[in-house]
Amino acid sequence: MKPRVLILAFIAVLAVAPLLLPAFEVTLLNYIGLYALVVLGLVLLTGVGGMTSFGQAAFVGLGAYTSAYLTTTAQLPGWLAWAGGSPWLALLLALVLTAVVALVLGALTLKLSGHYLPLGTIAWGISLYYLFGNLEGFGGQTGITDLPPITLFGLSLEKGEHVFYLIWAVLLAAVLITQNLLNSRQGRAIRALKGGQVMAESMGVNTFRAKLVIFVVAALFAALSGWLYAHTQRFVNPTPFGLNMGIDYLFMALIGGVGSVWGALLGAGVLTLLKQWLQDWLPLLMGSQGNYETIVFGLLIVLMMQRIPGGLWPLLVRYLPVAPVRRVPPAPADPLARRLPPTKGMLILEARQVTRRFGGLVANKEMDLAVHAGEILALIGPNGAGKSTLFNQLSGVDVPTSGEVLFLGQRINGVPSRQIAQCGMSRTFQHVKLLPAMSVLENVAIGAHLRASGSVLASFAHLERHEEARLLAEARQQLERVGLGGYLFEEAGSLALGQQRILEIARALCADPCLLLLDEPAAGLRHKEKQALAELLARLRDEGMAILLVEHDMDFVMNLADRITVMEFGQKIADGLPEAIQADPAVLQAYLGAE
Amino acid sequence: MNQVNNPLLEVKDLSVAYGKVEALSNASLAVGQGQIVTVIGPNGAGKTTLLSAIIGVLGSRGQVSFDGRLEAVPEVEVLVGRGLGLVPEKRELFSSMSVEDNLKLGGFMRYRQRDRYLDASLMEVYSLFPRLLERRKQAAATLSGGERQMLAVGRALMAKPKLLMLDEPSLGLAPLITREIFRIIAQLRGQGVSILLVEQNARAALKVADYAYVLETGQVAMQGPAAQLATDPRVIDAYLGAASKHQAMLAS
Amino acid sequence: MNLQIALLLGQDGVTNGAIYALLALSILLVFTVTRILLIPQGEFVTYGALTMATIQAGEPTPLAWLLLALTVTECALDVLARYRAGRGLRVDRGMLGKLAWCAALVISVYHLPLASLPVAAQALLTLCLVVPLGPRLYRLFFQPIAGATPLVLLIVSIAVHVAMVGVGLLLFGPEGARTTPFSQAGLELGPVTLNSQTLWVLALSLVLIIALFLFFGRSLYGKALQATAVNRNGARLMGISPELAGKATFAMAAFIGCLSGILIAPITTLYFDSGFIISLKGFVGAIIGGLVSYPLAALGALAVGLVEAFSMFWASNYKEVIVFTLIIPFLLWRSLRSHHVEEDA
Repeated sequence: MKPRVLILAFIAVLAVAPLLLPAFEVTLLNYIGLYALVVLGLVLLTGVGGMTSFGQAAFVGLGAYTSAYLTTTAQLPGWLAWAGGSPWLALLLALVLTAVVALVLGALTLKLSGHYLPLGTIAWGISLYYLFGNLEGFGGQTGITDLPPITLFGLSLEKGEHVFYLIWAVLLAAVLITQNLLNSRQGRAIRALKGGQVMAESMGVNTFRAKLVIFVVAALFAALSGWLYAHTQRFVNPTPFGLNMGIDYLFMALIGGVGSVWGALLGAGVLTLLKQWLQDWLPLLMGSQGNYETIVFGLLIVLMMQRIPGGLWPLLVRYLPVAPVRRVPPAPADPLARRLPPTKGMLILEARQVTRRFGGLVANKEMDLAVHAGEILALIGPNGAGKSTLFNQLSGVDVPTSGEVLFLGQRINGVPSRQIAQCGMSRTFQHVKLLPAMSVLENVAIGAHLRASGSVLASFAHLERHEEARLLAEARQQLERVGLGGYLFEEAGSLALGQQRILEIARALCADPCLLLLDEPAAGLRHKEKQALAELLARLRDEGMAILLVEHDMDFVMNLADRITVMEFGQKIADGLPEAIQADPAVLQAYLGAE
Repeated sequence: MNQVNNPLLEVKDLSVAYGKVEALSNASLAVGQGQIVTVIGPNGAGKTTLLSAIIGVLGSRGQVSFDGRLEAVPEVEVLVGRGLGLVPEKRELFSSMSVEDNLKLGGFMRYRQRDRYLDASLMEVYSLFPRLLERRKQAAATLSGGERQMLAVGRALMAKPKLLMLDEPSLGLAPLITREIFRIIAQLRGQGVSILLVEQNARAALKVADYAYVLETGQVAMQGPAAQLATDPRVIDAYLGAASKHQAMLAS
Repeated sequence: MNLQIALLLGQDGVTNGAIYALLALSILLVFTVTRILLIPQGEFVTYGALTMATIQAGEPTPLAWLLLALTVTECALDVLARYRAGRGLRVDRGMLGKLAWCAALVISVYHLPLASLPVAAQALLTLCLVVPLGPRLYRLFFQPIAGATPLVLLIVSIAVHVAMVGVGLLLFGPEGARTTPFSQAGLELGPVTLNSQTLWVLALSLVLIIALFLFFGRSLYGKALQATAVNRNGARLMGISPELAGKATFAMAAFIGCLSGILIAPITTLYFDSGFIISLKGFVGAIIGGLVSYPLAALGALAVGLVEAFSMFWASNYKEVIVFTLIIPFLLWRSLRSHHVEEDA
């Protein structure tokens, strides 16, 4: 069976469900839909973007309270009077307000690293919850009652089985646009977040913006769910928007599996039904009333994290009668626009008197270096000589304490690496940085991020398919060029280390650079692979590419490089042709240890 | 087989599997009292796996007997306490702690066994690596590659091991420092420490060792006295390579 | 506000602040050694306070049975793990000791005249019951995933907290509890009388803080715990067992939490679910300390106590809003300061 058939069958079942099920079960399904919408946002945030939020419940509350306030307050302040009474106008305002709040909170908290981010979401999650309970006009702990139902095409959605269709239509639409987003250039940029900030930025991805986009989308999903909830329940109070619910949402995402949008539906369903069932049975077992289901949930999550950290969806998929998708290599398409190649011998990259201090330690001292078009320059030196530090400054990851770095004649000290990437510098990493679970083809396509312009909104509706086809065709072409054409749909993580290094070169080439920075490209390669790599680099050089490589393997360097710069103790000690370097007494003394 | 009278370490039919892939199959080796034994082989042959399995960081099948006692299941803490030390390929230093704290922690097991003569060992390590004395207050993270390796070896020596296992001590080090490290290895043997040395730099390893094993795709492919293997045409072809003139320079 | 009110609020603030400081230190300790953000820290506080209250009421606390159940599970898992590793079915002395300890506690809570014991003995019994929970929790919930990402650890930590709140309800019921103060005397200090319990809190906090400082700064065991935090593999190769280090830290965390609970139980009414907010305030302190600096964390926690006390006076409804919003600039400051080039080695 094709996945599409299965989804259609699922929709058909949903369509008849309210006609067949008793009212109570329909209400449960409504809750599942409402929760799943919030959890979908979490799948984006946590599963795709690698960010954890405990504060989603607060956004649900924001949507619910905004609408409740606007539709029930008799005397709205003058400037808001136009929005009173109608749930639809209230929805509009709720979404705008949520977007603004999310932008502000996102701007503050998404800069947080590591543990600080989830703790930050806990902090504002709690603050907003207490605000709901204390703000004037929000009715304190009793909340706001008598909300009007939503009307659609003149039909008042008062009954659960009516609002059911609205809830699930909204949810399925949200699933669709989420999937569309993920299968696009913008989505790849978002998925690249998990491969590390440095990698994504050096491919030209504005990582902060990518994070903010999914944060706002997740907040909007939550607010939408809150709005639906408020008008389904017809009353609101602070309890469902507290931190406990925020934790429940995250648990749903984890139980379902944060790796897939369908995990959101599964998680919301399993947890809601389980809660219902436990609330019926546990008090009988324990002999008194209380939220004892939390014990089971807590232990369940612990057990899941110990045994099946990927959640239930991946397990379920194995048993679904779905035929494996046949993947067709992307067809040739209009080639992407290329930049004008520089003329051979033109000065591409220059370091002038670059000095980098870390506290009292001088890692680089007055380094000079120049790379020209159609030339391979090798930077060598003993471990700890400061090669990596220099490399970082050249690629915009680090900023020199003094001196300057010029790329195509422009000073790039302190310029973010994504802007440098825009100008035509592309790099690989000493410790391979790629997305192991993503296909080889898509990994390489990240490299072409800057060569297209499709917006997030266009991706929602998949209006950028033509451009996407061109990107993938380019990625395929680069993979064929480096000899990985047979691995397009393999998971990148399943390649051998040497192949992963070559993949990084293909990714760098996908950006159509005029300068390649390669950090130890031959490390871990077998003899044959090294030869193939050397041939590829020589070919690129002949096409006019400027290449700077840091390398340890001397045989590799001596046979390939046009010029060599040798560093020791942060300084340049020699510079010249390979033969001259091999005979240079200073080099022999420092590096090879002549007697 | 490495013929020694009472071997300090004897490994029989050791196998390790990662899932279905067997990274090490039925490897057997022995290290005698006061010997330097080396295991050479290409990348991915299972050399690191071998050491990890011997000390019990990795689960394995087979027999490991150390210092006259058979370990049913090698366990790190037990073996370290009985005098087996490993300097791992990644060094695994306590990077944010001072050089001296790193060294002192090397003697943790002795301290736990109520041995209070750590300071004397500390002085011995400092005399072996004067650079570490200079930098004793510095955080380990601020050391250069060579100094890190010295610290890793020094830290292992603090436990007064009977057998020290070194995993790729020359990896990532500039040739000059590599040579320094090999000189120290030879010096350690003079102090009664036996050594099991895993190396990619075959020429330097064969020069310093008494006995050698060649590991290929998880199996012992060849073995013999180091001097003999160094002249074996098959070894020369595969590992010493006529073209590798830089390795030759190191070994000189 | 006059001086007298200010001093009273200050006293409240400092007392709570001292407790938050202890929790902040404990949170920091657990984090540095195990990389776990110990959200259930607050549950040790409530378990301590409520167990003390149960003992003072002269009732046998069911906590003893919980401890026994956890211990039996732990021993069973250990035996099983050993069997699977091919070392046969064997129960060792340590296991028997643990089980005997739990059995002794079960017998004690049923047969000792709990209500008429001196306060010190009641406190000691409470500690004996609550502290072993720490290592049990580590063994059962965290040890199997010790190598997981910090995020997974955080999620498990939250899950354990959620479960422990439910268990707290089961063990202690929904009613709040307050215990009798250690002593009745007070200290006249100008216009205010310093509550004797305040003095107890301050004195014991100070002693604990100094003890922790000495342990980590001076002793090799303290450094060994730190080393586990810095590099698990490295520590293992030195013979330092990460499992033991984890259990030891959790025992310390349970001790600090339980003692805090016993200390504040006479001045605050605690419920089964009060722990979360308390430990979050400890977290605020720990974050101000950047999750690394012990003195800054303690000072930050003290500041949280004071801010809370004074905002109680001026805007009591917005007390929590103020405290938790305050943390955001600190988060930002910390996060920006810790900004560094991604580790490449």
